[in-house]
Amino acid sequence: MALRQCAIYGKGGIGKSTTTQNLVSALAEMGKKVLIIGCDPKADSTRLILHAKAQDTIMSLAAEAGSVEDLELEDVLKTGYRGIKCAESGGPEPGVGCAGRGVITAINFLEEEGAYEEDLDFVFYDVLGDVVCGGFAMPIRENKAQEIYIVCSGEMMAMFAANNISKGIVKYATTGSVRLAGLICNSRNTDREDELIMELAAKLGTQMIHFVPRDNIVQRAEIRRMTVIEFDPTCKQADEYRTLAKKIYENKKFVIPTPIEMEELETLLMEFGLMDVEDESVVGKTAAELAV
Amino acid sequence: MAAMTREETQNLIQEVLAVYPEKAKKDRAKHLMVNDQSLDVAKKCITSNRKSLPGVMTIRGCAYAGSRGVCWGPIKDMIHISHGPVGCGMYSTMGRRHYANGTTGVDIFTTINVTTDFQEKDIVFGGDKKLKASFDELEKLFPLAKGYTVQSECPVGLIGDDIESVSKVKTAEIGKTIVPVRCEGFRGVSQSLGHHIANDSIRDWVLPTRVGKDDGFTTTPYDVNILADYNIGGDIWPSRMLLEEIGLRVIAQIPGDGTLMEMEKSIHAKLNLLHCYRSMNYISRHMEETFGMPWMEYNLFGPTKIEQSLRAIAERFDDKIKDGVEAVLAKYKPQWQAVVDKYRPRLEGKKVMLYVGGLRPRHIIGAYEDLGMEVVGTGYEFAHNDDYDRTIKEMGGATLIYDDVTAYELDAFVKKIKPDLIGSGIKEKYQFQKMGFPFRQMHSWDYSGPYHGYDGFAIFARDMDMTLNNPCWKEIKAPWLRPSPAETQAA
Repeated sequence: MALRQCAIYGKGGIGKSTTTQNLVSALAEMGKKVLIIGCDPKADSTRLILHAKAQDTIMSLAAEAGSVEDLELEDVLKTGYRGIKCAESGGPEPGVGCAGRGVITAINFLEEEGAYEEDLDFVFYDVLGDVVCGGFAMPIRENKAQEIYIVCSGEMMAMFAANNISKGIVKYATTGSVRLAGLICNSRNTDREDELIMELAAKLGTQMIHFVPRDNIVQRAEIRRMTVIEFDPTCKQADEYRTLAKKIYENKKFVIPTPIEMEELETLLMEFGLMDVEDESVVGKTAAELAV
Repeated sequence: MAAMTREETQNLIQEVLAVYPEKAKKDRAKHLMVNDQSLDVAKKCITSNRKSLPGVMTIRGCAYAGSRGVCWGPIKDMIHISHGPVGCGMYSTMGRRHYANGTTGVDIFTTINVTTDFQEKDIVFGGDKKLKASFDELEKLFPLAKGYTVQSECPVGLIGDDIESVSKVKTAEIGKTIVPVRCEGFRGVSQSLGHHIANDSIRDWVLPTRVGKDDGFTTTPYDVNILADYNIGGDIWPSRMLLEEIGLRVIAQIPGDGTLMEMEKSIHAKLNLLHCYRSMNYISRHMEETFGMPWMEYNLFGPTKIEQSLRAIAERFDDKIKDGVEAVLAKYKPQWQAVVDKYRPRLEGKKVMLYVGGLRPRHIIGAYEDLGMEVVGTGYEFAHNDDYDRTIKEMGGATLIYDDVTAYELDAFVKKIKPDLIGSGIKEKYQFQKMGFPFRQMHSWDYSGPYHGYDGFAIFARDMDMTLNNPCWKEIKAPWLRPSPAETQAA
């Protein structure tokens, strides 16, 4: 099969890295050859696959060697569970330098060195929460990821983020081949969460590709720096990730998203009781004024 | 050609604007004017200090150039670090002329060029570590340097390198003044903002180190600073000689052939003498507000302006200086009169067009007039409205004034006005020389100079004459434009 490049976006802390690594493990179980590229200076996108604290990143190795031109592919590519290839772009500690440039440099390096030319089936980019600058949009630019999956939950901010990321995709989709491929609901056990995300997906013109229920076994596996698939292949949660992997493997629904206006999103949240109906009469009033 | 009328000049502007698309035409029209000496403020008829249009060939520089090259570059006992990728540092090497006395590596460091040479990893992980390391290396290589400035290139602003905190830490560690300058090239519309930022850095990082401290400096009632003379071709030296001859004591030259210590002690002066208003009026105003030190502009190009300026300076002092000025004026009259007598007959009535930075388009007009020449067009790269206010009275009525002129406009104006001499910069030089126009670089004095003071006037006059009356201009007609041998014979 031809190489499919997928990028995982979503609000910070929503479970992108955990979901990606479990999903990729399930794809590997199916016999697929996968490469994960962590696009986050924290470099925690491959730890469950490699059983490592944090992999040596492309940028830190480049800094040690002098420049990225001094690196070889084998210096930066590690192999983990079931032959999954792993790379981390890396970047500066918080507050200095330019993390976005690190992502650009790392991805260019991988491409130039032919990291994608091996007989890979999938490349997954695990990208930092917010697309704060051009660097973090790198994976969705021309000739990179064509399929974007957004991890979200039934919480307000996660849905805002999903809508914003869709706006970013539209910008690149109109000139390139990148498409929104679906929302992955990583459940937070809020009320009618699946219905809500399905509704949001419909409005964005896409699908909720899978509802991943909450299960503490994920955390238990994480403590051991393992995915659920590897830690307890027989558990129910492992099957959830297998289902997600199968759905992604079979996915054909790739769309240019139709992001919605803030008002429409707020209406949706009100319908599901996540937000109170706004009372315009109280805007700008101090507590003292309201007491009158 | 005869001087143009107001209407002719106006028509010329319209003709030149005609080739532009509507939007560009509307914008550029605001930057071109026919001079009207009856105006008090220029802003009614000319707009300046605005963003250049995309697509035109503007002749402007950037904020980094304004700080690194102009305001800070000449301070000779400090090392000016170009912080960022190597290009900006490389191309600013020896680009701006500023002569200095001293021995490289001992008491002057402006002949060497230092850059932190950013690599990809410095962008990603931040350049602060490299900046720190460069201070350590420089301290070993050039232990006699009195201080450092950090001149930010564009990427430093993009990645938010905290050069201020590195400077503070290193100042505490090595005990020398370190001045971080946020002069990233993308800031502002021209080099002008770089001057302002550099002025602010003097205000924030240099002057406060001495304020309120007894540094044992003995002052006199005649102490002055020379501000914003950049010593291009040694200009500050004849200027200083004149000021000293009239009885003043120059305690600081900022920055031409100047030092960090002069800059620090400048707070003791009685008067700031400001040469280039555009680039250092900011620090003059600050010193006026903070130390109550008055400032005034002066002009030492050509005997007329020298006389006016020296008398105006004397007005700020007692009779000793006033007498000094009169004695100096009398002493040098034969010297400059001989220059005028020699060159004026060769230059009388010749027309000049100027296009320079932020001061000279008005400051050198007097010197040309002393030689009987007329400036028929002038304009600035990066002037503000207050510069044009000062220009209106210097220029003749109905003359052409252009702001941030584009390569096309200057070319078209020159073709129409056909001046006898053009004074502008390196970017215009070869274009006009190839068109057969005598040309002088008025940024760098074409590697000649000095032009200030009486000594400088003699060199100025000689240079204009040797360029304008050079026989080469008659010989450079393209072969296919020359008359054929038959035509020549018939004639």
